[in-house]
Amino acid sequence: MASKPRVKLPKSVNKGQVVQIKTLIPHKMETGRRKNKKGGKIPRFIINKVEATFNGKPVVTADFHPAVSANPFFSFYARVEESGTFKFVWTDDKGGKVTTSKKVTVK
Amino acid sequence: MSNSIRKSENTLERRDVLKLLGLGTVAAATGSIVSSDALATPDSAAKLISKLSGTSSYKSGKITLKMPEIAENGATVPLTVRVDSPMSAGNYVKSIHLAAEKNPNPEVASFHLTPASGKAEISTRMRLGKTQNVIAVAVMSDGSVHRVSRLVKVTIGGCGG
Amino acid sequence: MIGRKILSAVAIMGLGITIGFTNNASIAVADEAEKRAKDPRNKHFIVGEIKSGYVYMTSQTRDMQDDDFANPAFVWVDTGEELWNKVNGTAGKSCASCHKSAAKSMKGVANTFPRYDPKTKRMIAMQAYVNRHLGEKMGAKKWKWESEQMLAMTIYLKLQSRGMPVKSIINDQNRATLAPFLAKGKKFFEQRRGLLDMSCKHCHEDYVGNMARSNVLSMGMPNGFPTYRLQWQKPGSIHRRFSGCNKSIRAKPYKRGSEEYTNLEFYLIHRSSGLKWETPAVRN
Repeated sequence: MASKPRVKLPKSVNKGQVVQIKTLIPHKMETGRRKNKKGGKIPRFIINKVEATFNGKPVVTADFHPAVSANPFFSFYARVEESGTFKFVWTDDKGGKVTTSKKVTVK
Repeated sequence: MSNSIRKSENTLERRDVLKLLGLGTVAAATGSIVSSDALATPDSAAKLISKLSGTSSYKSGKITLKMPEIAENGATVPLTVRVDSPMSAGNYVKSIHLAAEKNPNPEVASFHLTPASGKAEISTRMRLGKTQNVIAVAVMSDGSVHRVSRLVKVTIGGCGG
Repeated sequence: MIGRKILSAVAIMGLGITIGFTNNASIAVADEAEKRAKDPRNKHFIVGEIKSGYVYMTSQTRDMQDDDFANPAFVWVDTGEELWNKVNGTAGKSCASCHKSAAKSMKGVANTFPRYDPKTKRMIAMQAYVNRHLGEKMGAKKWKWESEQMLAMTIYLKLQSRGMPVKSIINDQNRATLAPFLAKGKKFFEQRRGLLDMSCKHCHEDYVGNMARSNVLSMGMPNGFPTYRLQWQKPGSIHRRFSGCNKSIRAKPYKRGSEEYTNLEFYLIHRSSGLKWETPAVRN
């Protein structure tokens, strides 16, 4: 299953415009409280961090716990002062990372 | 629609009906965190919020938490936290924290913002194991902390499958 | 008789009279059902007496379905599109090699399944047909019914029919052939089964709009499947839903792609004629 994240943000904006950025990544967000058919515990395995930066500077960081639903949806806002690239990094409990970037131009 | 408890001549206890329908265990089988022995308490949630925000003294008014009155399904409950703030370099929301009072654990999520956020509004979806209060706090750059809570009703669904 | 005891208890619950639940929660839920029925968005999801499952969901769930980004099923749409374009199997072809653009070639295909299969002289569902196609035309490995690939592909295929009205494939030319399968599906729908001795009809026709505990009973329409179900936290096929419903009334479920479920699916699609295809929908 592709663990491809989805990101929605406008391609071009006015200088200083505050835009909404929506993100969604497929992930079971295994809580660690479920039992398998034999009665043993299924270990916890979640995405515990999402980081958004713009041109290398932090915009927002989210820390997730198992109470966040599967296929975590996360939306936030960012003020865009100049053209550049948003970078998004999702980190899981094992240190695995998924990254994607989106360019935005200031008109 | 009446909500009174009516007994037929063949009374069945709730737990018997639940067992027969197998619905009492459906939530566990689907892997949601519904558990009859929830470990968080309003007290542990309050302690967590206090630890995360660095205070027990809260203001109200600037922070709102939008959640449904009744959750369609406890596994996926949408929420939006909004904080009234100019998000300028000198006056912005540093962090937003969420806690649940009756989940297995009180932790939900924390968000660290910067002035570059432009607007202090975040949305996500959370799991709720039972009817409970969800608490949101916003820590401002001047150190003040605003708090709000919302009661969300969660009931086990009718037909699991 | 045990059967009657259980049925009376379930009927009591089906009529929304709670047994031992807290009063506040049940009043709130009952009022909620009425509130959902008043959503102005509903008018696009009702045709005469027939109502899509959409109208029974909370407004937050409808919001999720109305926004292609917020709808988690679109992760599977993306995967479906990738699979469509990916070379797969010994024939060295992708779906696109022969079918080119899915938006053009697969438009309306949701209405053509289940379809009659002259080889087996039975109805064949989309998933089974995709597998046959994978094997015979592409020399590729089959996919399991609820696998990520099959979910992705069937959602992607049916998405191309989104917004089109559900239209039964039965016409004057094929009626003689197809009518018996429709009848079998209808019979299954109306037949009591399981420890609870209930039929689909009990919940999905007789008690529509009432509460089964905290869920509002829908008409059991298929036009959103495969659907993202909050309960499953992933999409699932309609045969999965049949299986779950049967287990809930303590009846032994049939297999994915079984004659019983394929005929039932055929009947349900016929029964939902006029509603718009919503795949991938978001349901509870």
